[in-house]
Amino acid sequence: MIYFIEQCLNGVQLGMLLFLLAAGLTLIFGIMDLVNLAHGSLYMLGAYFAATLVAWTDSFLLGVPLALLATLVVGMAVEVVAMRRLYGRDHLDHVLGTFGLILFFNELVRLIWGPAGMTLFLPSWLNAAVPVLPGLYYPLYRVVIIVVTILVALFLYGLVMRTRLGMLIRAGASNREMVGALGINIKLLYTFVFGLGAALAGFAGLMQAPILTVQIGMGENILIVAFVVIVIGGIGSIRGAFVASLFVGMVDTIGRAFFPDLLRLVLSKEAAATAAPALSSMMIYLLMAAVLVLRPEGLFPAANR
Amino acid sequence: MTPMVNARNLVVAALLAFLLLLPVYAGVTGNPFLLTLFTRIVILALAATSLNLILGYGGMVSFGHAAYLGIGGYAIGILASEGITSGFVQWPVALIVSALVALIIGLFCLRTRGVYFIMITLAFAQMVYYVAAGLARYGGDDGLTIYRRSQFDGLNLSNKPTFYYLCLALLLGTIFLVWRLVNSRFGLVIQGARSNERRMQSIGFPTFRYRLTCFVIAGTLCGLAGALLANHTDFVSPAMMYWTRSGDLIVMVVLGGMSSTFGPLIGAVALLVLEEALSGLTEYWQIILGPLLLLVVLFARGGIDGLLEAASLRPRLGGGADAKVRRG
Repeated sequence: MIYFIEQCLNGVQLGMLLFLLAAGLTLIFGIMDLVNLAHGSLYMLGAYFAATLVAWTDSFLLGVPLALLATLVVGMAVEVVAMRRLYGRDHLDHVLGTFGLILFFNELVRLIWGPAGMTLFLPSWLNAAVPVLPGLYYPLYRVVIIVVTILVALFLYGLVMRTRLGMLIRAGASNREMVGALGINIKLLYTFVFGLGAALAGFAGLMQAPILTVQIGMGENILIVAFVVIVIGGIGSIRGAFVASLFVGMVDTIGRAFFPDLLRLVLSKEAAATAAPALSSMMIYLLMAAVLVLRPEGLFPAANR
Repeated sequence: MTPMVNARNLVVAALLAFLLLLPVYAGVTGNPFLLTLFTRIVILALAATSLNLILGYGGMVSFGHAAYLGIGGYAIGILASEGITSGFVQWPVALIVSALVALIIGLFCLRTRGVYFIMITLAFAQMVYYVAAGLARYGGDDGLTIYRRSQFDGLNLSNKPTFYYLCLALLLGTIFLVWRLVNSRFGLVIQGARSNERRMQSIGFPTFRYRLTCFVIAGTLCGLAGALLANHTDFVSPAMMYWTRSGDLIVMVVLGGMSSTFGPLIGAVALLVLEEALSGLTEYWQIILGPLLLLVVLFARGGIDGLLEAASLRPRLGGGADAKVRRG
């Protein structure tokens, strides 16, 4: 039972991480109608910046905001140089152009930081376990990830639904020309939104950095899972992204933890051992296929498209 | 109509002549590497041609086409490791399994449109990738070495020129097949559904069935490319169908020119020769290739074939408009 609760917490933590990535993707898609494969590159950059800046400033609390700022700046620069020219184009153009950007960023990171990965060490005050339930100790850092991401989700909700800036963003999504005609600098607004998405991806990367190794291509696999999340949630919907992130995070973690045992009940031990790893990695894709059969637009289709 | 002798036809003719004579040149100069490189290019051109059928003509942006490359390859690899080396068994199995998988994937994916289609095809390819990585009996992540190439009576696939000509013949056959297909009634329905599916439906065409058939044909042809690739490298691994490989195939099609008969071939040659040249230049060649792709997307939308076509049409008045109509 304790093990089950622990796995559930792991699922929530993975879900939260996916939410940070998916929120940026879905925001950029919902507002600029842009498919951004290079989102994973920004995740990777966030992790690299954090590993470097934390080592450089010798302070976790100083390095992390600086890394976040750096990813934001890179994101906005990418928008101004490349992405801006892709708005309004075919989705195939987005896929190709941002595929080119992935190649560029992977190689750039290899050029700057070298082919070997990096490690970001947690400060000792974060590297502890806290009692979540009687008898269950859970790593403090993972609890921090869950709490911080929930705060980020609330902040995003507040930003988009309750502020003037959010109002402009939503208005820009439904009618770009009209917002421009009313005297709003829509280009700047888009640059900001892209930067925000980039910062969210970078944040996900730097939070994950102490748990995994920081390495080239780290953003690519998780990006595909983030795509699964936004497809399940309904592309363009932040609420959908939140629900689907939790759902996918749970299914993936619980599946990996318990599916092999379940399989052993119905198959021979040898067959189960062969089939389990493949089947448990397939689980979220099967989930996505099932959702798309029932609701081709995802669980929470964004209202205006 | 454009005149028979124009820049575009000349380039295609020169390219075909080059491909036909390549083994002779490689034999004379004693440069086997060139032959190996071009065998690979020809095989991937075959895969790109199959992708062009759905992507260019059908408007179905499949981001998971490399999955069939892997399925065709694994069919050969698994049969070979189980001791079945006859090509007359291996190749039909590779084609049938690819077709079946394409049918299943197509049944799900073709219900969706636009970005959803891009992402669900990507996800299915990823699923196939994990299945292959999970096949512990057949090497799992590390892949599977093929000790004996497919056995055909009277055809020795281990002979490099023979194998090259076989690949080239299959490529040209595929290009011909795709050309006949898209100019048939079937192909016109597919292209009609690309520009306006609802209109095609209201005229009375069950577009879903047409698109699904097209999707399965493309998958099967790519499975053939996979079977060739497995024989070429004597090795199959999940990396054959990693999602970046699907991206490469899209790049080939778009770089060469979408919905053009020889576009994917031109694109495959251009991309792989460029990769080879750049990697000779610097270790960090992708830092050049990436932005180059972006530039192609931004400024040369019709790909190389589009540029050639523009060059062919320039002397004539109104040629540009003509080209636009054809491209839809």
